[in-house]
Amino acid sequence: MKIAVCIKQVPDSWAQKTMGPDGRLDRASVDAVLNDLDEYAIESALALVEGNSPTGESGEGSGHTITVISMGPDRASEALRKALSMGVDDAILISDDALAGTDALATSKVLAKVISDGGFDMVICGTESTDARMSVIPAMLAERLNFAQLTFAGSVAVDGNSVKISRQTEFGVEEMSAEFPVVVSVVEKINEPRYPSFKGIMASKKKPLITKNLADISIAASDVGTSAAWSSVKDSLPRPPRGAGIKIVDDGTGGNQLVAFLAERKLV
Amino acid sequence: MSTVLILVDSVGGKVSKATAELATFGKKIGDVVAVICSSDAAALLPQLANLSIDRTLSCTGVDFEKHSTGATASALAAVIAKESPSAVLIASTARGKEIAGRLAVKCESGVITDAIDLDADLIATQSVFGGSTTVHSTVTHGTPIITIRGNAIEATSGSATPAHEDFAVTYDGLDKAKVLSLAPAVKGGRPELTEASIVVSGGKGTDGNFAPVEAFADSLGAAVGASRAATDAGWYPHSHQVGQTGKTVSPQLYVAAGISGAIQHRAGMQTSKTIVAINKDPEAPIFDVADFGVVGDLFAVLPQASDGVIAKKG
Ligand SMILES: Cc1cc2nc3c(=O)[nH]c(=O)nc-3n(C[C@H](O)[C@H](O)[C@H](O)COP(=O)(O)OP(=O)(O)OC[C@H]3O[C@@H](n4cnc5c(N)ncnc54)[C@H](O)[C@@H]3O)c2cc1C
Ligand SMILES: Nc1ncnc2c1ncn2[C@@H]1O[C@H](COP(=O)(O)O)[C@@H](O)[C@H]1O
Repeated sequence: MKIAVCIKQVPDSWAQKTMGPDGRLDRASVDAVLNDLDEYAIESALALVEGNSPTGESGEGSGHTITVISMGPDRASEALRKALSMGVDDAILISDDALAGTDALATSKVLAKVISDGGFDMVICGTESTDARMSVIPAMLAERLNFAQLTFAGSVAVDGNSVKISRQTEFGVEEMSAEFPVVVSVVEKINEPRYPSFKGIMASKKKPLITKNLADISIAASDVGTSAAWSSVKDSLPRPPRGAGIKIVDDGTGGNQLVAFLAERKLV
Repeated sequence: MSTVLILVDSVGGKVSKATAELATFGKKIGDVVAVICSSDAAALLPQLANLSIDRTLSCTGVDFEKHSTGATASALAAVIAKESPSAVLIASTARGKEIAGRLAVKCESGVITDAIDLDADLIATQSVFGGSTTVHSTVTHGTPIITIRGNAIEATSGSATPAHEDFAVTYDGLDKAKVLSLAPAVKGGRPELTEASIVVSGGKGTDGNFAPVEAFADSLGAAVGASRAATDAGWYPHSHQVGQTGKTVSPQLYVAAGISGAIQHRAGMQTSKTIVAINKDPEAPIFDVADFGVVGDLFAVLPQASDGVIAKKG
């Protein structure tokens, strides 16, 4: 099987994030890391290949390959390198100045183009990027690619061309299945992502990481970027800090003081 | 008068509170048409009376529960073509956001997710970066598709018997994903986590004993939540996890007991109107977002507070 894993480089979750004057996240001032929720997607791909390959390895000869794909600035190659050192086979970065300010719709268009050009059986995503937090890219990819959609998977199994997942939703615990090609997104409970080994880091240096621009994938610059975004930010303001809260040390009446506070706020 | 579509949100044949809230937002913009995409339509319909809904419309001919969100997005696209609404409002659940995403692609329309407010001019308010920034945005292309978080508005009432029509849709099964089996979520006696106006959550600090958390929740008529440390330890079901990879809640009151306040936890509760924290550690980051913090042992503070609430209620 041919698996694509979509990963994103995001500002560190712990960093203080601010908006620039253009109404976009100021990315330059914060550390960038591989979206931690995408590590579970990488691990799932590796585990599926190892479980389905006679040698327990992917790459040429096993009949299985894993390609990581990211759309982002040049430095997003760091996130792709990390995935390569975890064990995936090759990486594609879509980077182009015209992509600045691209919304989720156009992001899904770019990713879908790369995926359909690559002829993948299965696309694995994380459930959300910790910066945008929209949780829509996997569904948009399924819609654009006309692939079956198996999202929020808590477990994934592949048998021949058939994929089975189980997931927890508002409705309960569901088992779903579909035939290739499929888009899967995985939740963080699915596995424990591996750390890159020394051997993996060394090997990753020799693995292909291809950077493509929009012309390479035949997408017009006018289809992406700020001017092609179908929603626009009018303004953004730092929220006034929560008025300094009251903090008391329990002296044996903490519970009662809490109730008094709730009563004052008319919450009881 | 313009028309606004709202997608009726339901679980297990019960219309959710989010639906009434969507209707209330919709009414600010125009006439509200509530669209049902469910095989439970007959059971849902009577529950749509007395909400801010002008008309109801059931999409028929597709077994929506058997497919993933592609079927619902496809039906909604057909309704958009028929009604030319000025906006489509959907509940900001995991499912709702997927439907919105697919619909946006299908109808070539802009999409905004997780709005916490929406005005008559379709300007949406979002709270981003863990609640530290408020953003106002609009859709600039196509039919605005906006998902709205629960508890963002006080639902108002409206027509006792909105006019109803059935609308036949087809689904070419493009989305080949099938639901093989469903073990329905067991309903406890407590309110639904994402709907509750009060949520009391416990974390690692409970050491596996959720009794004081549940007792305090019950005294307030609240839902019970948990941190990932607590759900991972198996102390509370995963479906009750609050946070980045759990549920996002935005109640009137959120109580965090024995929870440190990691960024991933805060991502799921920071837009709560009032936040209370009980933690032994005065340095716990949860105190940074708390309106009222008690530095103390939850096993002492919660039982005393439960007794206090019960006494107050008489
Ligand atoms: C990819 C990813 C996704 C995640 N998603 C989520 C998520 O959705 N939700 C989530 O919650 N977390 C999530 N986390 C985990 C998060 O980082 C924290 O590890 C977790 O929230 C910690 O839970 P906790 O506060 O209960 O435990 P701890 O951090 O261990 O805190 C326990 C607190 O209890 C206090 N305490 C101990 N005993 C008592 C007592 N008797 N009385 C009062 N206080 C006491 C301690 O002082 C401490 O502050 C995620 C992490 C990752 C990496
Ligand atoms: N720019 C991107 N490049 C590659 N994959 C992405 C990108 N943005 C989002 N994704 C994937 O889509 C998932 C959901 O992201 P989002 O819809 O932005 O919350 C992520 O976990 C990634 O797997």
